[in-house]
Amino acid sequence: MKPFAYVRPGSVEEATDAYASRPGARYLGGGTNLVDLMKLGVERPAALIDVSRLPLDAVEELPDGSVRVGATVRNSDLAAHPLVRDRYPALSQALLAGASGQLRNAATTGGNLLQRTRCPYFQDLSKPCNKREPGSGCGALEGVHRDHAVLGHSDHCVATHPSDMAVALAALDARVELHGPEGTRSVPAAGFHRLPGDHPERDTEIEPGELITAVVLPARPAGLPSAYRKARDRASYAFALASVAAVVEVTDGVVAYAGLAFGGVAHRPWRARRAEEALLGAAPTVAAFEHAVDLELTAARPLRDNAYKVPLARGLALDVLARLTASARA
Amino acid sequence: MGSHSHGHHSDVTLRVNGKPRTLTVDHRRVLLDVLRDDLDLPGAKKGCDHGQCGACTVLVDGRRVNSCLLLAVCLDGCDITTVEGLAGDGEEPHPLQRAFLERDGFQCGYCTPGQICSALGAVAEAEAGHPSHVTDPALPSGRPVPLDRDEIRERLSGNLCRCGAYPRIVEAVEDVIR
Ligand SMILES: Cc1cc2nc3c(=O)[nH]c(=O)nc-3n(C[C@H](O)[C@H](O)[C@H](O)COP(=O)(O)OP(=O)(O)OC[C@H]3O[C@@H](n4cnc5c(N)ncnc54)[C@H](O)[C@@H]3O)c2cc1C
Ligand code: SF4
Ligand code: FES
Ligand code: FES
Repeated sequence: MKPFAYVRPGSVEEATDAYASRPGARYLGGGTNLVDLMKLGVERPAALIDVSRLPLDAVEELPDGSVRVGATVRNSDLAAHPLVRDRYPALSQALLAGASGQLRNAATTGGNLLQRTRCPYFQDLSKPCNKREPGSGCGALEGVHRDHAVLGHSDHCVATHPSDMAVALAALDARVELHGPEGTRSVPAAGFHRLPGDHPERDTEIEPGELITAVVLPARPAGLPSAYRKARDRASYAFALASVAAVVEVTDGVVAYAGLAFGGVAHRPWRARRAEEALLGAAPTVAAFEHAVDLELTAARPLRDNAYKVPLARGLALDVLARLTASARA
Repeated sequence: MGSHSHGHHSDVTLRVNGKPRTLTVDHRRVLLDVLRDDLDLPGAKKGCDHGQCGACTVLVDGRRVNSCLLLAVCLDGCDITTVEGLAGDGEEPHPLQRAFLERDGFQCGYCTPGQICSALGAVAEAEAGHPSHVTDPALPSGRPVPLDRDEIRERLSGNLCRCGAYPRIVEAVEDVIR
């Protein structure tokens, strides 16, 4: 590991200033991804700006009923928070489906969103990888890619985004709050991560030096039925092969609102807009769910060895939609 | 700015098993290496060094974490508890240590310090009302979560055991929560 400077700013402004004045700096949250990548030589920061103790550790309801989650709230605390469990169960479930109890105690909301892909070529300096080293090629495209993308990938990169939390945030219409040299802005969680296209080295829409300060969940004082389900190689402590987060509201026998997102299948949480459109106004029947989900998954372009993900994602979505609407269909 | 930093090293004070320890650390050093190499506390083990096995689990401010992924410089002022600190000053082992012995909760013992620290953290989390992946979502939030076998297995899934002592580990944890 390369030696590096360490600073622990006391405020958001101090943090962004420290970043601006130190070339090669990186923000440090819980470190569960960044320190790992530093050990592997994938990340070689000249300075770490430790933002994990910034006063951004609250989960609070705002006057308009939305819920603001500070960037340094730990994954375990967020999953356990009554506001999250009661109003946004899919978020709590997604967090609890990820990593381990120890990792969730350290991992922060901001760091979770910005964790890098688990593509083994990305983590191995001896292998080609366009994401790690633009122009070097994609080792996974014709290599070992059983865990890789089936939607939205390019010839430059077929990696998936590993976060479970981000999938729930996308389905829940959360927003990501950013603080940068130009001031603050807020972007939809569903549009925060990018597709790889020609620039797989860019995972998200964040600009260099911007700090994630919070995630804001839309006002749902009464909550809405939502859930997260994940398929993996072992029962726990493994990344998603495919997952789904869904929010569904049925009013007067028809779907009045639907938010659906897939995980483990693309370079970003895959918000299933086509399926949502098909669901809106339809009666919540198994046939309607099948029609909607199939409409979305016709866009899938599996690689040589990962076609299994399409029926897997389909099954997860159908199961979650059926469960969330069980009382309305009874 | 918290700790005193000069270039690539900083002075930090950690309270380790109740005793304040002040040392100058290279920023690259993780807590696990500081405990084992600098503080003569070899209880926490290095299995994978990448957050994938749980052998390095210790408690920081009462919460279980993987010490292989925590930079020591970030922990200035924190309370660290390792397996060496569980028995306190007395000769008597901690009840969970005794349960591991009585239940044969290990074979080679390499994962054991991590399992024990992790289990202590997990029991505290459940008492504080933290749900797990297998907790019924209908359970009202804020209430302590009862730990049945499925709960214990899920909550300890961050600790791998190559010897496969899992059933006995679960029994040892059951003994102390009863
Ligand atoms: C063995 C293992 C298994 C795992 N399994 C899963 C899983 O099943 N599901 C899952 O979703 N995740 C899983 N994870 C990943 C884990 O969730 C992430 O490592 C964690 O969420 C990252 O959060 P952090 O605070 O530790 O981030 P850090 O490692 O501190 O940072 C990650 C990135 O975010 C940047 N950053 C951090 N905070 C901010 C901020 N506020 N503003 C701007 N930039 C910031 C850092 O510069 C860095 O680039 C696993 C990890 C391990 C090691
Ligand atoms: S899939 Fe993406 S991350 Fe993996 S080797 Fe190809 S370019 Fe790199
Ligand atoms: S040594 Fe830390 S998790 Fe394996
Ligand atoms: S007892 Fe040998 S690894 Fe667990």
